Amino acid sequence: MSKKQGQQTIVFTSPPLISSWASLVGPKEGQGPWGEDFDQVLDDYLYDEQTWEKAESKMLREAVKQAISKRYYQPSEIELLISGDLLNQIVSANYAARELSIPFLGMYGACSTMAESMLTAAMAVDGGFFSRVVAAVSSHHYTAERQFRTPIEQGVQKSATSQWTATAAGAVLLEAVPGGNPRITSATIGQVIDMGQSDAANMGSAMAPAAVKTIKAHFDDLNRSPDYYDLIVTGDLGKVGMALAQELFIKEGLLPQPNYSDCGVLLYNDRQDVNSGGSGCGSSAAMLCGPLLKKMSEGKINKLLLVATGALMSPTTSFQGETIPSIAHAVALENI
Amino acid sequence: MDSASEQLKQAEIDEYDQLVKKIEPKPPVVKNCIWAFVVGGLICAFGQLLINFLMSNGLNQSDAGSGTSVILIFLATLFTGLGLYDELGKYAGAGSIVPITGFANAIVASAMEFRREGYIFGVGARIFSVAGPTLVFGFTVAVLVGLLKIIFTS
Amino acid sequence: MNSLFMAFLVGGAFCIIGQLIMDLTKPAITPGHILVGYITIGAILSGLGIYQPIVDFAGAGATVPLSGFGHLLTQGTITAVQQKGLLGALSGGVEAAAAGITAAIVFGYLAAVLFNPRG
Repeated sequence: MSKKQGQQTIVFTSPPLISSWASLVGPKEGQGPWGEDFDQVLDDYLYDEQTWEKAESKMLREAVKQAISKRYYQPSEIELLISGDLLNQIVSANYAARELSIPFLGMYGACSTMAESMLTAAMAVDGGFFSRVVAAVSSHHYTAERQFRTPIEQGVQKSATSQWTATAAGAVLLEAVPGGNPRITSATIGQVIDMGQSDAANMGSAMAPAAVKTIKAHFDDLNRSPDYYDLIVTGDLGKVGMALAQELFIKEGLLPQPNYSDCGVLLYNDRQDVNSGGSGCGSSAAMLCGPLLKKMSEGKINKLLLVATGALMSPTTSFQGETIPSIAHAVALENI
Repeated sequence: MDSASEQLKQAEIDEYDQLVKKIEPKPPVVKNCIWAFVVGGLICAFGQLLINFLMSNGLNQSDAGSGTSVILIFLATLFTGLGLYDELGKYAGAGSIVPITGFANAIVASAMEFRREGYIFGVGARIFSVAGPTLVFGFTVAVLVGLLKIIFTS
Repeated sequence: MNSLFMAFLVGGAFCIIGQLIMDLTKPAITPGHILVGYITIGAILSGLGIYQPIVDFAGAGATVPLSGFGHLLTQGTITAVQQKGLLGALSGGVEAAAAGITAAIVFGYLAAVLFNPRG
């Protein structure tokens, strides 16, 4: 029997258990509304390393280690690591994997990488190929800023639509074991959508249509109503992208209006000078592996749809005047 | 793709663009302009103060101008190094970009950023990433003006 | 005192123009474009003989903005052309602006050696 349902959605016949998770965040994220819910809040952005790139890689490595040590496993007992980040050649993930000695698949989906890694990991587990798989991602404000934008110390005004790349790493451990919650029950793989937006300082606008399209496909494929989920969160649309997504929900006829929010908006409070909100792989990873999974384990949320969103441009294509292609993948987490 | 569906796609894109324009917050132009005016004006007035001071100490106008540029560049470098110039830039916008201090800030920020990639191909190469284009265009126009001068005066 | 006020007024006005260009063309024109644009336009206006009157009138209000740097390049070139001809067209601009350019590069390098970006 095919596990694919409808056009883009897969339904897991033995839903993999999220048996543990861990999150590490930077100082700014720690000062946000969910500071208490993360496993570790760093004191500074260098994390006792020489460069920000090394710090990001270490955050990712530590998130993976903490997630597996919560279940008293050694890294050698983990069969597969699926991981990615925002940097060129996904170096944070590559260098983290170098230290961990776990068979490794690198992923790049820009800020959608958490959902992409989780759904791939869930397929690997549900498919019976592996029984213990870790999915993990990271992003770091200062490594992303220097790769995608202007030098840190240059005095430029940030647009109100711009977003703050989160300094955060998150990891989840998926296991093929009976009993326990939460589990990954289904996932919808997004298409690359480009609605002609080209402002790299307004990625929420570029990504919102991709998010809504994937959410719509998820409900159509599964014949579900939006109120099936206690909460639908997008990854990093920010305030601007979230407002656009809500308009698009109405336009697409997604009724009743889902209980919807965005990790990039949730991650910071209004006084933190992040303009439209947080972004980066770490935005959805930190919210998921911090407060959201905690609330699921406490039974405060029982059905969660995580829709991580990614803007798939590079500085080179931006200079060449290309528009921003975007993607969103949805992962359904349920207490069953 | 046939032309009808292309048109449909284009109409969808245009419609979305309208929606984005409606929803995205506009820059606070008036507030930004006041900040730019005050900060930029103060930097220039400070420059004038330096010119006046240097000239009263016996420098001719052209040397006083160069001296002023060097002092302003030094101060911009210092404040960039201390991590203060970017804080000013958040509010002042063009007020801290247009004066020569903004040029110095762009050079210093690019250079500092790549220190960890080494002093030759990190700092040495990247120092010009923002300032390079500026000098290229400045030099080119100046040389063109010189050539035109030669053509039209001979 | 009057010279300070004029410098403030005209220098501030130069910055307002830059701010308006950036805000009204968002996101097409970046700070990098502003730097390039000001030096280029300053150099062109100087060649047309329009910039010098502004400098006479506003002093540092016209020389401190980067357009003043373009003006300096052009004026240096014109003076050198009159003295040395063709060679002057290539050497005059940089000679006139040498102090500023060298200061920016050397200070910039030293700052990179001494300071870490703190973010």
